[in-house]
Amino acid sequence: MADRHPEPDSPELRARWGNFAWTEANAAKAKEIITRYPEGRQRSAVMPLLDLAQRQVGAETRTQGWLPLPVMEYVAAQLDMPIIRVLEVATFYTMYNIQPVGRFHVQVCGTTPCMLRGSDDIMAACKAKGMKKGHTTPDGLFTLTEVECMGNCASAPMVQINDDNYEDLTAERVTHILDELAAGRQPKTGTQEPGRHTVEPAGALSNLTAMVSENHDYRGEW
Amino acid sequence: MPKVKVDGVELEVPQGATVLQACELAGKEIPRFCYHERLSIAGNCRMCLVEVKPGPPKPQASCALPATEGQEIRTDSEMVKKAREGVMEFLLINHPLDCPICDQGGECDLQDQSVAYGRGASRYHEHKRAVTEKYMGPLIKTIMTRCIHCTRCVRFSEEIAGVDEIGALYRGENMQISTYLEKAAEHELSANVIDLCPVGALTSRPYAFEARPWELKKTLAIDVSDALGSNIRLDSRGREVLRILPRVNDDVNEEWLSDRGRYMVDGLTRRRLDKPWLRRDGKLVAATWAEAFDAVAKINPGSSVAVIAGDLVDCETMFAAKKLAGALGSTLLEGRQTGLAYDASNLAAVNFNSTLAGIEDADAVLIVGSMIRDEAPLLNTRLRKAVKKGAKVFIVGPEWDPTYAATFLGDDLSILGNLPQALVDAFEGASKPAVILGGAALGKGALGAGLAFAERFKLVRDGWNGFNVVHMAASRMGGLMLGYAQDGGIADLVAAKPKMVISLGADEVDFTKFAGSMIVHIGHHGDKAAHAADVILPAAAFSEKDGTYVNTEGRVQYSEKAVFAPGEAREDWTILRALADALGVTVGFDSFDQLRAAMVAEVPALGTEGLADYGALPAAPSDAKAEGVIAGYPIKDRYLTNAIGRASPTLQRCSAELVHGETFAEAAE
Repeated sequence: MADRHPEPDSPELRARWGNFAWTEANAAKAKEIITRYPEGRQRSAVMPLLDLAQRQVGAETRTQGWLPLPVMEYVAAQLDMPIIRVLEVATFYTMYNIQPVGRFHVQVCGTTPCMLRGSDDIMAACKAKGMKKGHTTPDGLFTLTEVECMGNCASAPMVQINDDNYEDLTAERVTHILDELAAGRQPKTGTQEPGRHTVEPAGALSNLTAMVSENHDYRGEW
Repeated sequence: MPKVKVDGVELEVPQGATVLQACELAGKEIPRFCYHERLSIAGNCRMCLVEVKPGPPKPQASCALPATEGQEIRTDSEMVKKAREGVMEFLLINHPLDCPICDQGGECDLQDQSVAYGRGASRYHEHKRAVTEKYMGPLIKTIMTRCIHCTRCVRFSEEIAGVDEIGALYRGENMQISTYLEKAAEHELSANVIDLCPVGALTSRPYAFEARPWELKKTLAIDVSDALGSNIRLDSRGREVLRILPRVNDDVNEEWLSDRGRYMVDGLTRRRLDKPWLRRDGKLVAATWAEAFDAVAKINPGSSVAVIAGDLVDCETMFAAKKLAGALGSTLLEGRQTGLAYDASNLAAVNFNSTLAGIEDADAVLIVGSMIRDEAPLLNTRLRKAVKKGAKVFIVGPEWDPTYAATFLGDDLSILGNLPQALVDAFEGASKPAVILGGAALGKGALGAGLAFAERFKLVRDGWNGFNVVHMAASRMGGLMLGYAQDGGIADLVAAKPKMVISLGADEVDFTKFAGSMIVHIGHHGDKAAHAADVILPAAAFSEKDGTYVNTEGRVQYSEKAVFAPGEAREDWTILRALADALGVTVGFDSFDQLRAAMVAEVPALGTEGLADYGALPAAPSDAKAEGVIAGYPIKDRYLTNAIGRASPTLQRCSAELVHGETFAEAAE
């Protein structure tokens, strides 16, 4: 986080991204997004448009996608808003990548529940694959980031890779997932625990047992 | 009108007031950093916490809490004291303790408030955050590690200046204030963020390490960089004015000042005329005062004298020169140096009648031939407020960026005779319509057409006068009141072929037209007029003399003397008094007080501070017609508009970097 900063403005960056424009499909989508907001409030569309732009850049570069400055300027121009306001948004939200990332953006959750359930091992397994926090592997496949809670505490530990979550991980499971991704296959998303579907209790119900069949007021029992 | 109780004292507060304002009305001091009465409420510094009942049992940010009926507010409870101490401790976590090398020291809100409301010691032992330097241009020096993220600068740029350049990047502890790609802040009011910054994160670059506030003598003065007459404070030490700061005057400049007015200060010590000069064999040579007066006496002009007043002179100087010319038998006085020749017989027709504060209420505005951001920067902030309240603005003239929504009607003045329907609709439906004529319009003779426009749409109605002329010279309205106007403008002076032309700092005049005249220049800078002069009599700049100024809305204001003029330079009126002796006439005053009394006797309006009354607007001439294309605006370089500005290295750099786009290598630090 501390060294998060936009890719510096350079002639190369301008040459590569200076004439960024929506693809036909995205242009239509951008238009549709803008119409979601009331007249005069079009600036509110900045977040979905930045996301769309990031995905288009991702499609062009076969990565998760990121936001070069000229692309932010393009979005700013479309919404008729000052570029500094767009940059504020893009730098505030960490899901906008403001520097190039690899094909798979591996976001390891390191917040307390995941940490207690072994996120250190997950991180170590990722590092064993040659990844380094905040960096992209030389083959351009993986970018490793440690993130805060992603809301999957019931199936901790977890990683988010691009748009998918992988939960109930162990070092072996995450290694397998990374291998599959590197090989160009799509591993099973969601929980990796055999027999588990989502975040239902692993094994037997351990608490709130009286709530299974009907509503129950526990307050008198506290 | 809700009734609230502040520390046990019941009082009534205006509808819509915040708890903080209620506390202030009750005479309680509420510490704050992010709150500023002229900016929107941010509520992010948390320093203004107070205890409010009814409400949650925790301290509340008073700046963002509306005062409501029956509130009990405590600013003196243990909870409030602890809350303030806690907030202050958090603010100081990442704030460097570099007050001894900080330019804000001595006038720093954080310093003052940590003494008054802080704990006195820190419990923080970890590393402090450090932030890289940000470049914000030649005027603003940044030490962003000191920033406490109040976002006043961001809000000022967006709301007052209307130029979204400063933003808060990143989040939380990593938040940083920056311009996009660290470009220079380049609007005409950028340096006001220095005053707004409650800490030493944004300080004045030219003033860096110059002085401590307690060493400075403060003198109340009037800004002469434009015709608005912004109220300023001259901070001087010894014989040098070190900086210029705005004073609060809600009727004129609120509490802002244009960059030009603020930074021409270092021009006051450069390129000064500090001794008399005489032209001998085509070359200027230094002389003594006695030689200079001999030279003037030798011209022996009789009544063939003309006086041209410059843009920066005060009324007393103009009046003294008028008396001198009068004693010699001449009435050839002119102040409109660049050849403007509008009819000045009725001053109401060349005045900003809506007043600067009043124009905020206008709901339809037509600007003809004025690039307001250059010509009267703080008028533009008023127009911005009017637009925010719903005013429609139309502009005739070459396009410029007004920072608010405006409709450009092209640069052909003939459109005034053939108004577009949208404008007619807007003005017919408006309750406070206004027209603003600028120098470019006056130059094309559009004054009559403006008056006709005022008649057609009844711009003068009960409690409202919407006819406005915006001038660019600090001396203009005063000069017009003192009769510095010929029917044909300066061309009348040229045609009269005077033997002697007295220039009162008239640096914008084309003196080649006065080739046959002896030019006596009473001025303070070695600028354009000095090059053409035959006799140079060194005079005082605005900071070196008492004086009366009248701003473009006809507001009479007094400026005081901060320092003495350098070298052998003297105050202008003493020079003119001595000239009278040299030329063997009497002007009827021997002291400044006598001079001012004589001036007030002749023009009583100059004797009372405040708006002068110029009476009713004249009828529009029946043949009023505007034609011609406004090719450009008079100000080509907004930083170098007068002799002081042109001598100022800071403004020269601003001009080179911000107007002409030169790049300067930053010294490695």
